[in-house]
Amino acid sequence: MTTILRTENLTIRFGGHTAVDHVNFEMPEKHFKSIIGPNGAGKTTFFNLISGELKPSEGKVYFKNEDMSRFSSVDRTRKGLGRSFQITNVFPNLTVLENVRLAVQSKEKIRYQMFRHITSYPSLIKKAEELLEVVLLLNKKQAIASQLSHGEKRKLEIAMLLALDTEVLLLDEPTAGMSLEEVPTILEVIRRIKQQDNKTILLIEHKMDMILDLSDSIMVLFNGTLLADGTPEEIMQNETVQNAYLGGSYNEHHAQS
Amino acid sequence: MELLLNLMINGLATGMLIFLLAAGLTLIFGLMDVLNFAHGGLFAWGAYSSVWFYALTDSFVVAILGAIVTGIILGFITEKLIITPVYGNHIQQILITLGFMLVLTELLKVVFGPNQIPAKTPPYLAGSWEIGDVIIIKYRVFIIVVGFLIFGIFQYILKKTKIGLIVRAGVMNKEMVQTLGINIKNVFLYVFIAGAALAALGGALMAPYSGVIYAEMGMEFAILGFIVVVIGGMGSFPGSLLAAILVGLAGSFMAYYVPSLSLAVNMMLMAVVLIFRPQGLFKAKG
Repeated sequence: MTTILRTENLTIRFGGHTAVDHVNFEMPEKHFKSIIGPNGAGKTTFFNLISGELKPSEGKVYFKNEDMSRFSSVDRTRKGLGRSFQITNVFPNLTVLENVRLAVQSKEKIRYQMFRHITSYPSLIKKAEELLEVVLLLNKKQAIASQLSHGEKRKLEIAMLLALDTEVLLLDEPTAGMSLEEVPTILEVIRRIKQQDNKTILLIEHKMDMILDLSDSIMVLFNGTLLADGTPEEIMQNETVQNAYLGGSYNEHHAQS
Repeated sequence: MELLLNLMINGLATGMLIFLLAAGLTLIFGLMDVLNFAHGGLFAWGAYSSVWFYALTDSFVVAILGAIVTGIILGFITEKLIITPVYGNHIQQILITLGFMLVLTELLKVVFGPNQIPAKTPPYLAGSWEIGDVIIIKYRVFIIVVGFLIFGIFQYILKKTKIGLIVRAGVMNKEMVQTLGINIKNVFLYVFIAGAALAALGGALMAPYSGVIYAEMGMEFAILGFIVVVIGGMGSFPGSLLAAILVGLAGSFMAYYVPSLSLAVNMMLMAVVLIFRPQGLFKAKG
């Protein structure tokens, strides 16, 4: 299978602290990989390096064999690397539908035709509604985004990310800050995306059940280094991983969820 | 009754002129985070160019269109030469746009002379209607109608079109609009030009209303424009309409009942709004 995303010796230092330390990883097309690791392991920093929010001190990110070093995060999104944030990122005063519509129309150039009434673009609205259906938010399409629950905002954010139609989705803790009732629906949403859209997905999560359920492979970060990378079974049986991370904390997580 | 109605129409007409100035200011500030102190200069240029075009062609329609085109051209030049280099730096924006305001004002004196210039009302808009005891001045009604029309057109663009959605989203969070891959710099230019055109239109309508034009009129009106932007909520289009009407009416009624306070009333309004709703009457930013 072709590799769509890979890093080469990816490293970032903040002063004396090395947050991500020479990480080499590869991601085949249409693959679902999760990143786990204790807090402070460098997971979100690793995401930020891939998406271009941060510049590496050393090493490179390759997307479809192209060096991404000179591209900004906006350029990378246009090229097909879309990311969600740990904190929800939606336009609070727009309706749910408008939020998605904006993402759907984002690829268009600014032209004077944009002054026509929105109803003269039925395909645009239809596409936005389809995406809301995928994330189970269609019944709230006229609601103002700021009035949604935290979980619904995360779903809306995922719909916007899907609207950008990027080949790779970087999902940073989609269940963070969510109530227990909301978790199963977001799990359902991600499962749907995995099955229907055949996207390449890289997920940061703490909920192990969810990770084991969805992932084709799991990579473990510990103190900024890549500790292990393999199938869920391999990772669960890997002694280094168990000692370094899973051991007690996995059981705790399991008991909680 | 007649008095109240007249004061109201007077206040509404003044309010609409301030609105045309403030509408551009609020969008430019809301979307681009730019404090444009040169905006009043565009207003004055609109007034002068309309008087010039009117004298040349004897057509008020051409005069208005000429003012709008002047606004568009000046808006384009201002954004490209003056604003673009100072994005993201408020201090530099204030200094350079204030400086440019002075340049625009002095240029008017160079081109059209330092004296006040009389501005005439087109015959079909001059005079008044008499309904019973009430006398309604036609030109003021005309200004009010144009003001509401412009508001309607811009509300349509903002609420019902693709570009409007980008502008509204950009006012809330322009970094995120960029994250979606939209080139918001191009939208900045459109919005700036639209704002400049509105200011020039305001100036053009102002000329026959006040009867004379002078180079400093831009500066005077710009202050009212800023007060309206603060009262209405930075970046809010409906807010600037409401605040402009409020300021117009307050000025009109105060000038009649408590003339000594008529200059202070706008500042007082702003102070009251800032104390009780520091974000303005309408909050556009998310």
